Amino acid sequence: MKTRSDEILFRAGTGAFAVVIIAIVAAIGWVLYTDSADSIWKFGWQFWQTEIWDPVSGEFGARPFIWGTLYSSLLALLIAAPVALGIAIYVSELSPGWAQRPLVFVTELLAAIPSIVYGLWGIFVLVPFVRRLETGTPEWLKAVPLFSGPPLGLGMLSAALLLAIMVVPFSSSIAREVLRAVPQSQREGAYALGATRWEAIRMALFYARTGIVGAIMLGFGRALGETMAVTMVIGNTPRVSVSLFAPQYTMAAVIANEFAEAADQLHVHALVEIGLVLFVITLVVNGLSRAFIWSLGRQRAPRAAAPQPAAEAA
Amino acid sequence: MALRDRWRKFLSQLIVVLCGGAVLLALLPLALILFYVVTQGFSSLNTAFFTRMPVPIGETGGGMLNSIVGSLIVIGIGALLAIPVGVISGIYASEYRGTRLAAAVRFAADTLNGVPSIVIGVFAYGVAVLPFQHFSAAAGGFALGVMMLPLVMRTTEELLLLVPQTLREGALALGATRARAVFTVVVPAALPGILTGILLAVARVAGETAPLLFTSLNNAFFTTDPRQPISTLTVQVYTYAISPYPDWHRQAWAGALVLVGMVLSCSLLARLATARMERMQRGG
Repeated sequence: MKTRSDEILFRAGTGAFAVVIIAIVAAIGWVLYTDSADSIWKFGWQFWQTEIWDPVSGEFGARPFIWGTLYSSLLALLIAAPVALGIAIYVSELSPGWAQRPLVFVTELLAAIPSIVYGLWGIFVLVPFVRRLETGTPEWLKAVPLFSGPPLGLGMLSAALLLAIMVVPFSSSIAREVLRAVPQSQREGAYALGATRWEAIRMALFYARTGIVGAIMLGFGRALGETMAVTMVIGNTPRVSVSLFAPQYTMAAVIANEFAEAADQLHVHALVEIGLVLFVITLVVNGLSRAFIWSLGRQRAPRAAAPQPAAEAA
Repeated sequence: MALRDRWRKFLSQLIVVLCGGAVLLALLPLALILFYVVTQGFSSLNTAFFTRMPVPIGETGGGMLNSIVGSLIVIGIGALLAIPVGVISGIYASEYRGTRLAAAVRFAADTLNGVPSIVIGVFAYGVAVLPFQHFSAAAGGFALGVMMLPLVMRTTEELLLLVPQTLREGALALGATRARAVFTVVVPAALPGILTGILLAVARVAGETAPLLFTSLNNAFFTTDPRQPISTLTVQVYTYAISPYPDWHRQAWAGALVLVGMVLSCSLLARLATARMERMQRGG
């Protein structure tokens, strides 16, 4: 009898701490919502459709921020995805056994460097380099909207490059795990049919396709919320532009820059609303990518459980 | 036919070269970043950096004593909040693995892990700054604690699952209650691993800046009071980095070197510990 009540006590006691974690996630959503209510009710959807951000006159339009966040993350993804996939393939399929552990270690090292250090390096090394690149751009190329504008260095291109560098280790390590989960028989089957190395790898990639998409999307989610490094190199100018050379702004950056100094309540609520939407976007992106990665794990289960006709007969 | 085969072989080799190229491409920025942080950092790093307070603009010298102490305090508060909740909820998730609550906690922890740090900062502002109308070290610690929580919980859970089932059953067979079996047999067996998880969580938040910008804010003076705004290494590096003064830039590089050293030695230590655990697992 004593054991029974002890058991209940233990379960309830540890369970209570587990509930705390769930409560925190719920509380994040709730606090962000209540602290942005003024802005949500005052501006509605218009908040995301207008482009003027003027805290002094109380005008808040957040379109440039959501544009900057999506544009910079998408560009970073375009640069990072092939590289991350290449690393994952190299480490899991091609590299000699002795090189695997050091390679994994090095990618983990890249992931461990703090964002602020990337930002510092970005300001003093990457931005001057990008500025030289932009100054050297031929005139005929500058006629293209993608490359228009003065060569400032600070701007979308620097932000996208820095984000790509930061996202690569993250995506590649998950893609590597995904590839490792592909059964060896898939590759052996391909080799047995006379496939070259690449053709066997392609089989493995095809098998793991949902997981690979998930790994790359997880990197995208990371890029969306990245704050310090982007804030330091993107130029912090709220405007919507496709130009890679133009200084722009992101959702995370405007919160980082203005939150501590926001004087009136409407300004604070407008910034919190940006945080709320950033929270929801990353929730959706991360949820989707995890669903992709999980579906790969589940897809194998029925195959393993397939030879069970005896159970049905019985 | 022969031409087609030659093309297939060529393509295969091309892919190998491209993948190797991708590895080199990723190593390049790492090498560049480490090179700059080490060379720029070392030339500005001296004992004064660790033992002196910042000096006013225009004077050279000075250090970041208050920021280093501040960082330790804020990280310490975060760890103090995150470790009990993370470890105990990890115990729940591994002991009652099949329950709906365990699945929900796991999901919540994974969700929390993906929330951008700046959003955690806004949340901490709403919970720990706004009600008191005061920026404080405690609020910064709260933000870091929330960030550490999912990492501590998940590593605890995973490592408890690694403890052989027979150990647990042995304790239960001797008449121990579940709580006793967990706290005297299972947890001690997994303790080195749990400590490693905590170390990794500390390494992750030690470099965080965004959630501290408007929770612990910054402070030009030396303080250890958790109710006051406090200077941290990361926020101070940020302040120095975006300033126009070359002397402050030098301080920023020195701060970055200290940060990288801190974070990397934590991860390296954790890595060594896990490697040892893995060896023990294989050997036993």
